[in-house]
Amino acid sequence: MNERTMDNKSPEESSFYHEKGKYSGVLAWLMSTDHKRIGLMYLGALLSFFSVGVTLGVLIRLSLIAPGAILNAQQYNEVFTVHGIIQIFLFIIPGIPVAFGNFFLPIMIGARDVAFPRLNRLTLWLYLAGAAIVMLSLFIKGAPPDTGWTFYAPYSIQTKANVSLAVLGVFVLGFSSIFTGLNFVTTIHRMRAPGMEWFRLPLFVWTLYATGWVQILATPVLAITLVFIVLGRVFGVGFFDPSKGGDPILYEHLFWVYSHPAVYIMVLPAMGIISEIMPTFSRRNIFGYKAIVFSALAIASVGYFVWGHHMFTSGMSDTARIVFSFITFLVAVPSGVKVFNWVATLYKGSIEVDSPLLFALSFIFLFSIGGLTGLIVGSLAPNLHVHGTYFIVAHFHYVMFGGVGFSFLAGLHYWFPKMFGRMFSEKVAKIGWFFFFIGFNVLYFSMFILGYQGMPRRYFEPPPQYHGWSVVSTVGSWLLALGLIIIFSNLISALFKGPKASSNPWGGGTLEWSIPSPPPAENFIEIPVVDSGPYGHGKRE
Amino acid sequence: MAMEKESNAGTAVTAEAQSGVDYTGKKIGMWLFLFTELLFFGGMFLLYSVFRSQYPAEFHSAAQEENLLLGSVNTTILLTSSFTIAVAIAAIRKGNKIFSLYMQTATIMFGICFLIIKYFEWSAKISKGIYPDSPALLSREKGEILFFSLYYVMTGIHGIHVLIGVIAIAIMFVYTRRGVIGRDNFAKLENTGLYWHFVDIVWIYLFPLFYLIT
Amino acid sequence: MDRGTSREPTAGYVHYALIWAALVALLIMTIAIARLSLLANYSVLGSLFIATVKAGLVLIYFMHLKHEGWVVKGMLLLAVAALFFIIALTFVDVWYR
Repeated sequence: MNERTMDNKSPEESSFYHEKGKYSGVLAWLMSTDHKRIGLMYLGALLSFFSVGVTLGVLIRLSLIAPGAILNAQQYNEVFTVHGIIQIFLFIIPGIPVAFGNFFLPIMIGARDVAFPRLNRLTLWLYLAGAAIVMLSLFIKGAPPDTGWTFYAPYSIQTKANVSLAVLGVFVLGFSSIFTGLNFVTTIHRMRAPGMEWFRLPLFVWTLYATGWVQILATPVLAITLVFIVLGRVFGVGFFDPSKGGDPILYEHLFWVYSHPAVYIMVLPAMGIISEIMPTFSRRNIFGYKAIVFSALAIASVGYFVWGHHMFTSGMSDTARIVFSFITFLVAVPSGVKVFNWVATLYKGSIEVDSPLLFALSFIFLFSIGGLTGLIVGSLAPNLHVHGTYFIVAHFHYVMFGGVGFSFLAGLHYWFPKMFGRMFSEKVAKIGWFFFFIGFNVLYFSMFILGYQGMPRRYFEPPPQYHGWSVVSTVGSWLLALGLIIIFSNLISALFKGPKASSNPWGGGTLEWSIPSPPPAENFIEIPVVDSGPYGHGKRE
Repeated sequence: MAMEKESNAGTAVTAEAQSGVDYTGKKIGMWLFLFTELLFFGGMFLLYSVFRSQYPAEFHSAAQEENLLLGSVNTTILLTSSFTIAVAIAAIRKGNKIFSLYMQTATIMFGICFLIIKYFEWSAKISKGIYPDSPALLSREKGEILFFSLYYVMTGIHGIHVLIGVIAIAIMFVYTRRGVIGRDNFAKLENTGLYWHFVDIVWIYLFPLFYLIT
Repeated sequence: MDRGTSREPTAGYVHYALIWAALVALLIMTIAIARLSLLANYSVLGSLFIATVKAGLVLIYFMHLKHEGWVVKGMLLLAVAALFFIIALTFVDVWYR
């Protein structure tokens, strides 16, 4: 394929990186409404905050095997709170949609940009502003928040920490999320290329659609809940204070009405990436396209109504506990359908185990463990024993980090050549994966054991009988960190020294592989006309 | 450079969307934003309904302290303001720029009147010592504490939305005068109208919940 | 080609005025029902029902829902259903404690 443009420039010279606009320098990026530049800026910010969050995690693990040696009790509470706030609100919720969704959604549907490019830019600014406000709450007079990332009343209302500021930051971040979802839903409705019918959309696009709806319908509930916290702290409004007639369980309801669907905001796009990778590296069509579509929609809708499973020990009514547990079991079904279909895609495929597929296969394995343990914790009787223990910590790290985290890395490796026009070292990527995967399982599987044995979470000084497995877990955290360092060194080095990438190094069939690496500013010279589904016909170039 | 291949297999949707201003897309975007507002206020309505179910008698008696006359006047004001903004949009679509400007102004005036009346209602309560966390309020029954807390929070947040709407319509007024909004380009005004109607609908529900459950 | 316009003809001013009159009439009705304690225990339900009728009029006529396709109507239904079920599920807790 001749990749020179009409004025004989190489792809890199005529890519969106070199587009000249009204501004220059840093402003050319910060003021840009180009979805690709916005996606990359988000990617840089996300990974920076992720590194901070990982560092805090390593710190937590160190403290747990030597309580008091590095952190005192108050500091420990602050560290795990900030670890949660950063990883959840600054990395994983914006995560895949703002980095890969922004970069690839328009291209995958054959459009030049999203429906509202200036709104898109605003979401980036809101994200940075929200992050700044959260950071401010850590360093300004007072103390960093120490409530856990869940900000439960009454402690969040009473603590002297800088909760109001932190919560304001999260509020601003919420709007970034809402407007991203709104933008994506409108884009998918309105900007598909001719012939790009709904059931020809790439599955990643379908998950961005479902996720967009969850962002629109769930995030505002978090917003008003955060307002209630501030009203309680500043004006003494007592909605969650029994002495004023209020009820702290209502806080939990309102909080989890958002925060459960939030995990689907995290995992649906992650599943979308897996659905992209499996057919490409099996060199065949995905198994059960429509089933995967309907599963994504089912996860988004049914997942909206399971929030009470975070509250089984809170004092909720028995009837509510039964209802929520039942719906929780229902929501596992579509996830199972997806796992089945991904594995079935491998069957009779011509499989190339390149690094994106390695990360994707890891996702399937680790997410399945997380999901199955989710059924354990979603059952009423076991939940009473494991709620508030390390079993829960292990469960959600398996689904969020083993799941979404691995999928993020899968997508990063898959789309790296397209975004940056360079290729990384496959060998180093696999070495990095190895340490990361081993470290991950040592770190978190130990926590299942500890939790089963009864080790409580959010305790500064765990009882001594848990020390053995805690040490194992902490060593796992070091291996994991080593793996991450290798992975990111590989990618960063490829940015500067990697060989130039072709437009379709993996043989993908979706539209992003039909344009140069990196893409030109307007994505397509001519808007494509689509006449088939997205998978099973790409060729490596 | 941006050659677009029109195709028989193409959708009119894409043609409209990719070739310039996508009126339908902007409208969908505005509706989606209103859904977020629905869920935002929804959290407050959730609290109201739960607390009301727990303290029905106290909500009933507390509501009697509300000023039904002022509440009714405010409701009439907002309903009428929805009428005027709807007419303002119809007017600009018919090319009646001046009439549209008058109707937009009327809407702004109504919004300001609403806020002024709200101010008087709040002042009256505050001068009686009833405001969140006040000693007078805290000495009341629990249900009454909740009723008045909800009153302040819900009408307060609603009032902020009214203020935002007034400012938005004022900006639309300037755009209309300048011709940015016109007969062939009224999406901005219509979307502002949608927002304003939503704010009206929230009040349509707030009114009976705080003034009429006596 | 649409460029910031709608193909639908606009409603006339009189049409909007009639809707406004209906809204005011409903307002008077709802106040009367409450003041006169008509319908006794069901007055709250009655007030909310009338409020919903009023909201419906604003939605259908002022917000032009009447002229919208199934996309917008379906989305609205989704949002309202979401709110309804959130409140309903919360009541499964609150009512059965």
